Amino acid sequence: MAYQIIVCGGLAPDPLQTLEPVTTPTGPGLKNELMLPNVFDPWAGHALYEAANLAKNQPGSTIKVVSLGPKAKLQQVMMTVAQKLPFELIALDGPGGGFTDAVSVSKALADAIAAIPGFDKSQALIFGGWESATRGAGVVMQMVGERLGITEQFLAVDELTVDPDGALVIKERVEGGKHQISKCAAAPAVLAWATGSLPEPPNHPQTGMANMRVMMPALQKAKPTALDPAAIAYAQVALPAVTRQTRIVKDVPAADIAAEIAAWIKQ
Amino acid sequence: MHATTPPKQQEFLKTLPGDDIRQLLWRFSDRFDLQMLVQSVRAVARGPVARLVANGGRNTHEWTPEKNALLTDFDNSGITAAFMDPHEGGYLEGPKNLALSLIAFELAWVDAGAATCSLATHLGLSPIHQRGTKEQKDYYMNLAAPAPGKVTKRAAFALTEPIPYVGVETGILCGKIRIAEWPEGGEPILEVNKRGRFITNMGFADFVTAAVESDDPRIQGTCMVILEEGDPGIFDRGVPTRKLVMQLSSTSDPVFQLKVPASRIVGGYSVVNGKIVPTYDHGAVIEAVFRRTRVGVGLMTSAKLLSAVEPLIRYHRDRFRGSGVVVPGSPRYELGLQQKEDVTHRLLDIWAVGEAGASLGFLTARMYDELDPIEKLKDAALAEQGIGGGMSAVKYLRKRSVEAIEFLEMQSHHESLRNKARYAALEADPVIQYLVTDGQANVLCPATKLWNTGYGNKMMREAVSLMGGYGITEDCPGFLSYKWMDSQLEATYEGPEAVQRRQLSMTMINEVFLAQFRTWIHDMRRVAATEPGTGACTVASAMHLWLWTLEHLQHAKDADGAKLYQSNRQGVTFPMADALCWLLASRAQILDVEHLRREGAGGVIAEGFEGTVAFLTDLCHIQAARAAGEVARICSELVFGYMRHPSWDRSDECSTCFKEEELQQLESLIPGASGFTSEFIRIDGSHDSKAGPCVQSTGLRDFTRLRSKLDGCLAGALLAKDRAADSIQKVMIPAALDYPQ
Ligand SMILES: Cc1cc2nc3c(=O)[nH]c(=O)nc-3n(C[C@H](O)[C@H](O)[C@H](O)COP(=O)(O)OP(=O)(O)OC[C@H]3O[C@@H](n4cnc5c(N)ncnc54)[C@H](O)[C@@H]3O)c2cc1C
Repeated sequence: MAYQIIVCGGLAPDPLQTLEPVTTPTGPGLKNELMLPNVFDPWAGHALYEAANLAKNQPGSTIKVVSLGPKAKLQQVMMTVAQKLPFELIALDGPGGGFTDAVSVSKALADAIAAIPGFDKSQALIFGGWESATRGAGVVMQMVGERLGITEQFLAVDELTVDPDGALVIKERVEGGKHQISKCAAAPAVLAWATGSLPEPPNHPQTGMANMRVMMPALQKAKPTALDPAAIAYAQVALPAVTRQTRIVKDVPAADIAAEIAAWIKQ
Repeated sequence: MHATTPPKQQEFLKTLPGDDIRQLLWRFSDRFDLQMLVQSVRAVARGPVARLVANGGRNTHEWTPEKNALLTDFDNSGITAAFMDPHEGGYLEGPKNLALSLIAFELAWVDAGAATCSLATHLGLSPIHQRGTKEQKDYYMNLAAPAPGKVTKRAAFALTEPIPYVGVETGILCGKIRIAEWPEGGEPILEVNKRGRFITNMGFADFVTAAVESDDPRIQGTCMVILEEGDPGIFDRGVPTRKLVMQLSSTSDPVFQLKVPASRIVGGYSVVNGKIVPTYDHGAVIEAVFRRTRVGVGLMTSAKLLSAVEPLIRYHRDRFRGSGVVVPGSPRYELGLQQKEDVTHRLLDIWAVGEAGASLGFLTARMYDELDPIEKLKDAALAEQGIGGGMSAVKYLRKRSVEAIEFLEMQSHHESLRNKARYAALEADPVIQYLVTDGQANVLCPATKLWNTGYGNKMMREAVSLMGGYGITEDCPGFLSYKWMDSQLEATYEGPEAVQRRQLSMTMINEVFLAQFRTWIHDMRRVAATEPGTGACTVASAMHLWLWTLEHLQHAKDADGAKLYQSNRQGVTFPMADALCWLLASRAQILDVEHLRREGAGGVIAEGFEGTVAFLTDLCHIQAARAAGEVARICSELVFGYMRHPSWDRSDECSTCFKEEELQQLESLIPGASGFTSEFIRIDGSHDSKAGPCVQSTGLRDFTRLRSKLDGCLAGALLAKDRAADSIQKVMIPAALDYPQ
């Protein structure tokens, strides 16, 4: 079965950067946000690597990545991501980051997907992360699906296989560290991925070169995409408080330390 | 002076310059192939390479499986194949000097041994790439290109020999070739005897390009020859060198005693009157190889200086945090050691040298990318005219250099003042363009290798010093002490400093280069007219002083009547070479920042652009002033140092001395008037207690005028430093270093 796999993935600031919330004229933001190096959102990254694996096993399948973010940042991030697997980029030039509104973002993504030439819903698998690393709302993929009229939706997916009869077998994370296995007769479906099980593919420069020849013009022509600034208002933003309690011990066996930590967690 | 005063509300640097800034500065913002390469190499450098260093991988001389695993990382990330053309298994089109320089830069950001390991592989292939026959290129590039399901074969380059043979002087070779067999009508079989010293990659190399000399009347001169493991005879890798640095590269003293077919002579051979005549002697091969690979080595040291900035800022800021005594919000808590001016000023010196070296190195790398196709066109043009290689080409090119100078002079004039047809003809002539570009490259390459590594090494010591005791431990963030020690090797291998100075002392007096240099003085003044804060005017004045001094030294004699500027007078030529490097580096830095200012404006760089440009401009000014100081010192020393100091004992040198009674008379007329001179003879015949009459600079007025003008040009440089120090205190740095320690 050949699928049209569409991966929704945004950007996130490189996690090692200093992330300091500030107030900007357009609402909350991060200090020097546009100067911070970005990475492809790690959750969407898992979705993308799973997409590559699926496409390899399902000949004829295609992968398109729909990404909303500042054009220049998208370009920088693609210099790495585009070397990992062959895909086509649909770039939406607009605001990124964690303070954008999930409803508006889902609309921008769904509109872009619906406008893809040759988009065939019956073959569509809409992939994304179960949440973004920036906003962490965990609601965008469901709304994208709803807007496209795709109601078979799976959240926190860790595994997808395709049965010989073409049915999708999907393993989702549920409470208590367990998985729920569902069978979905056929595409279309939305799959919001947790970690999956695949490592980050190594860079393959030749793939990168081939991808970039197409991506660079696409980036130049990226559609300016505005989000409704009034869609959301933040009362307050703050960094999560870091609390650290350190006790220095000497000559205590590792097993005893582990037992003490376990007891503390259970408290 | 007023012109250099910045607007009051100058923006400061908000974050450390990121990829978008670097791509503009070093001119690869339109090269996505290179941008991808940088990301791939960085992932290897800050991933497996950094982990290996952090885990103590450098603590052994042996080539361990862990070190060997890096080779696979190089293959998988495209580092190995970056050297090859697409039809050879590579993926980058066109000349690759900038690409290979970026690889060296990114790897050395973390560990120069890893950079050397990758560079040596390319170095081993370089003789074949530059001078090999088509068959040799096809065969060995294919062997060395990584591909799925195939074992990558690796190269080494063996020139250096055990003492007392080849080192800096490549003229005397001990490695020999003889004809072992020469079957009737068939390919001669050569017997090669070569011992190497300090050969990189020997722990794992599968084939070696070795420099050898004929030990047989039936072979002419010297050549380079390809030796493979598996050739009949001895292919002994030798024991690992007990080197103190760059342990992520493999070095040993190999011994080769092998029989190989004559088709292994790099570039092939012809048989003339029953004698094997190699197409290229070893010197011709080595020249083509080194002039390119040395650039990457220079950039390695610059990468390390720039890599030191973030760990140093973090160390200084965090120095007193967490004690409980120093309260958050207090200056001591927030700024730590950055409260101390010297700390920020010294960091700026390190940073400025890193920027200048990187600008110089990448400029040179780009120039070789330009030169490669021009050189091919030039070769074709010469061939068309029936001019072969060797002396006939040298003579022809020398003759045409007059036209190259004419072209450069026309270039410095305004378009409306040029003879358009003549200019267009010279511009379209590949021989003229070759002479112009080659003249520059021949200076820029040794300058990069010499200055970036030599002075960079001194600044790396400063960086270690700024980390205090931590700096000299294995735990130092950013591996600074390793980087410092390693840079001594960068200054040594591929030709130590003396070799670079020697080359510069010859290439920098090439009239085509000097004509170009004169146009650069005007260019710097033009930049200064719009951007005085760059220090470009200071650089222009220092260039003027250097040029004056060079011309003076070329004609002047020392006190004994011996010529000053001559090849065996390294005390004259070498310091002038050093002085030139300072100027070239400073100029390159200014040109890069000017490019950034133009191309990054108008929202191309989304945020913080003004602050970044203002800061980088101040760094240019700091560096320009330092360069001017060095040039002034060196020039003064050379101009005056070979003169004999006037002596009280020589009556001709005392002829202008006053008599004590003359001064007494003068004093009686105008009290205090005698104080203008201390050069007088007392009634008892004695003089003031000093070395002798002061030196009269008759004939050197121009020099003293230029020198004192240059001193004045330093105005504003330390104001720039104060401003930049402000940025150092304010700039936001990442929460943690992106590689382990
Ligand atoms: C770790 C390592 C890896 C290396 N890898 C390779 C490799 O892969 N392949 C290879 O072929 N070689 C390699 N080398 C050798 C390296 O290129 C030489 O060590 C270097 O060129 C210097 O030669 P030398 O050690 O014989 O120094 P010498 O020739 O003994 O020179 C010592 C010093 O004497 C002075 N000097 C010498 N000649 C002159 C002169 N004409 N004018 C003024 N001063 C002079 C200079 O100060 C010079 O630095 C490597 C070396 C090391 C340490």
